[in-house]
Amino acid sequence: MSYISKKTVKKHLFGILIIFSLGGCGGETAVDQATRDGILIIGNTSEPKGLDPHIVSGVLESNIIGSLFEGLVVQHPSQEGVALPGVAEKWYPSNPDRPDEWIFELRKDAKWSDGEPLTAEDFLFAFRRILTPELASDYAFMLFYIRDAEPFHKSQRAYLIFRNDESFPVKWESLKKVDFGPNEKADKKTFNRKGLDHLTAKELETLQATPSHFNWPESVAVEIRELIVSKSLEFAKSGRDLWELINFGATAPNAHTLKVKLNAPLPFLAEITKHYTWFPVPKHVVLEHGTIGERFTDWTKPANLVGNGAFKLKSWRFNDHIEVERNPNYWDADNVGIYGIRYLPISNLFTEDRMFYDGLLHITYTLAPELIEYSRTHYPEFVRNELYLGTYFIRTNVTREPFTDPRVRLAFSMALDQEAIIDNVLQGGQKPAGGLVPPFGGYPTSSAVKFDPVAAQKLLAEAGYPGGKGLPDIEFLTTDKESSKATAEAMQAIWKKHLGANIKIKQMEWTSYITNMFDKNYDLAAGGWIGDYMDPLTFLDMWMKDAGNNRTGWSSETFEKLLAEAGQTSDPQARYALLAKAESLFLNERPILPLYWYTRNYLIHPDVKGWDPLLLDNHPYKFLKLQRDTGAMEN
Amino acid sequence: MFRFILGRLLQGLLVLFALYTITFFLAKAMPGEPFTTEKNVSETTKQYLRKLYGLDKPLPAQYIIYPSKIITDRDFGVSTSKGRPVRDIIAQSFPVSLILGLGAMSFAIGIGIPIGIISAVRKNSWVDWSLMAVAMVGICVPAFTIGPLLQILIAANVPGLKVAGWGNPLDFLLPAFTLGLVSAAYLARLTRGGVLEILSQDFIRTAHAKGLSPTRVILKHGLRGGLLPSVAYLGPAFAAMISGSFIVETIFQVPGMGQHFVNAAISRDEFLLMGVALFFGFLIIMMNLISDILTGILDPRVRIGKAAQ
Repeated sequence: MSYISKKTVKKHLFGILIIFSLGGCGGETAVDQATRDGILIIGNTSEPKGLDPHIVSGVLESNIIGSLFEGLVVQHPSQEGVALPGVAEKWYPSNPDRPDEWIFELRKDAKWSDGEPLTAEDFLFAFRRILTPELASDYAFMLFYIRDAEPFHKSQRAYLIFRNDESFPVKWESLKKVDFGPNEKADKKTFNRKGLDHLTAKELETLQATPSHFNWPESVAVEIRELIVSKSLEFAKSGRDLWELINFGATAPNAHTLKVKLNAPLPFLAEITKHYTWFPVPKHVVLEHGTIGERFTDWTKPANLVGNGAFKLKSWRFNDHIEVERNPNYWDADNVGIYGIRYLPISNLFTEDRMFYDGLLHITYTLAPELIEYSRTHYPEFVRNELYLGTYFIRTNVTREPFTDPRVRLAFSMALDQEAIIDNVLQGGQKPAGGLVPPFGGYPTSSAVKFDPVAAQKLLAEAGYPGGKGLPDIEFLTTDKESSKATAEAMQAIWKKHLGANIKIKQMEWTSYITNMFDKNYDLAAGGWIGDYMDPLTFLDMWMKDAGNNRTGWSSETFEKLLAEAGQTSDPQARYALLAKAESLFLNERPILPLYWYTRNYLIHPDVKGWDPLLLDNHPYKFLKLQRDTGAMEN
Repeated sequence: MFRFILGRLLQGLLVLFALYTITFFLAKAMPGEPFTTEKNVSETTKQYLRKLYGLDKPLPAQYIIYPSKIITDRDFGVSTSKGRPVRDIIAQSFPVSLILGLGAMSFAIGIGIPIGIISAVRKNSWVDWSLMAVAMVGICVPAFTIGPLLQILIAANVPGLKVAGWGNPLDFLLPAFTLGLVSAAYLARLTRGGVLEILSQDFIRTAHAKGLSPTRVILKHGLRGGLLPSVAYLGPAFAAMISGSFIVETIFQVPGMGQHFVNAAISRDEFLLMGVALFFGFLIIMMNLISDILTGILDPRVRIGKAAQ
């Protein structure tokens, strides 16, 4: 117990002693004072997992990281999909007709918060770091657009050794079934479990001596097996890094130019670079505290953290608050509107809302669904209801009866009375989902999903279940939240009424729920998806056969062909048309049943100026202002 | 006395070891793993993560490594959900819970014991019945009802009090009251029972007969024995109070230890889970020991020396 500092204990004890010496203090709320001081106080649900942009993967972390770091471009404070200069002053494709190589001209006055200059080298270091397999970043796939990022991150050793080797006797594609990567389902005693590319030199030697340790597909000839093992061993023994084998797409022609070569044209690359996975990290600080692939180092500790954002870390009390203050070394410091931000990790929605009404918060993270009606009546000027780039849907398990039949899936989707659920259960002003991709920008929003119980009954009858006769009991998997239960029960009643289906609701706590979904141990499962960036692809590519988040068992070659074709199309409108075609194909098959498009309900104090609705809720803090709004909170 | 304490400490070690074993295997039996997320995390990444946290080793090895690291390096592992050492998390949250627990304890004792004594003295009067009815309500109404009620009725109306948050000295009043209320109610009932039993004994009648003042009889002779059930209850109750409460902490936004018990289990953060469970076990054992020693001092009938043999 000696590690509990005596000072801390003393400090708190002292606090208790002076309680009684304090009288009641009057009138001014914490928010009033904060507005005067230019400090924004904001609810942020929970304690962040950390502040390393390469390790975290959550929204609440992104809210804090967005103030401490800045990417190549910055989100416009009120216009969707518009990028303003960040570290980059200018950005453009080398060839406008085929935007698969982008040039970012970095500003020469960009600095880290410790005063060190920020150069293209910091970006290259950051890209390499997040892709380094040992760092085990959850979100590294956001950089897979860059040439050779994926094979490096996935440690595809054999592929990288042989891909340019013209003497290699067979086509690499013919080796698709070999367990180069880890295979969870393989026998524990074989090397298949670990994957050929992950074997150490010693293990490869063992394999060379006893080939039976690794199960090859029959189709792979013995000499090819031997060749792969021996070359892999040679490489492993050399102690070289896979980085040397790749031709990484990102380069720095000079200290202030960053060139990014992609696998395919990407007209919206700037949008993607708004995501924190693309942010730079200070090479000099990270390496001072550890190596490039080391996950637990002290560089993000409050005393060491160096960023390049409009703000820098001021104080961090675990589970209590994180506060940031203006960064004087920020290139645009003169135009930053507020002096600091205080993030509070308030996990209880009701507590958060009560704190808001008690004048302790400028902005809540969310508004408890139960309090929406109350808030609209009593504090209409504080309630915001905004569209959010996300879709709520129900996954069907297409590998299990009765959802193997697309007609059954369509029937269940058409019987879903979206509006009734939104109006009576959710009550958060959500929009009935007409398709998978929520409405935004120039993309043609789908309206394929419609409530039509008569057609639904007809389809179900055609599939061999007239009036629900013959349908097995259907298990509906959802989370243990109270709101999940209410939504599930509403759907249960609706499907019973329109289709005569018997639904059994199975509520599970979060990790069990995810695990069961991964293992396809469900019939129907509630789910949802929030877009990572402003493009339909963020909703579509997750339904490819090998995508980790598919989990329905559904796949379609035509669908994937359309996505691939879109990936090679530079013209934005033609590309959208191809993606819309893919979405339409997907909706015809309907492996998921879209229910609604998300909205965000939250409370905001009128003192906060410049907080406009943004679909990704990625408000750039530097444009905000705090001004006393007389008359607010007087009631 | 020394042998008694030593014996209890050795017993405590065994209990801790049993606690560790149960927690370890229960944690392993839960479906999923710490790296199960909604994100598209590749198998390769998961493999590296397991290696990083030592979760790729065989189960028996993991079972042995954790306690040996605690003993040799005082290393409780790194929390997979919070990304920081478990030791730091406990070191940061325990002082908060300790303060809150001490406050709750003061409320419990300050309210519960006087109520119990008054009830016992005024046995079967309306005072007794109404106090005991209030105590019953205190036991029955859960913190998640009392807490929000206090927030809405008191914090929102009394200047200086905040509905939630932790930073100013006054912030601790409402959560401490909420946390202490159940114990206060229990203490009131236990004290009443204990005092009543003692008051019916011969030596009390003797004291009265010898002409001692009623106050002196009750406070000096009655209370000494009458408090025994309360003292026995207070040991573990105190340990529970200072190790935090998930409900009180989330309602009042207190950065204490209680939430880690629940959150660690939900996020499959087994190192944090084992760390807080062991720490809590340690507290319980120590508090029980202290309460046993106190009982010995209060009650001459308990012969500590003999109990150890």
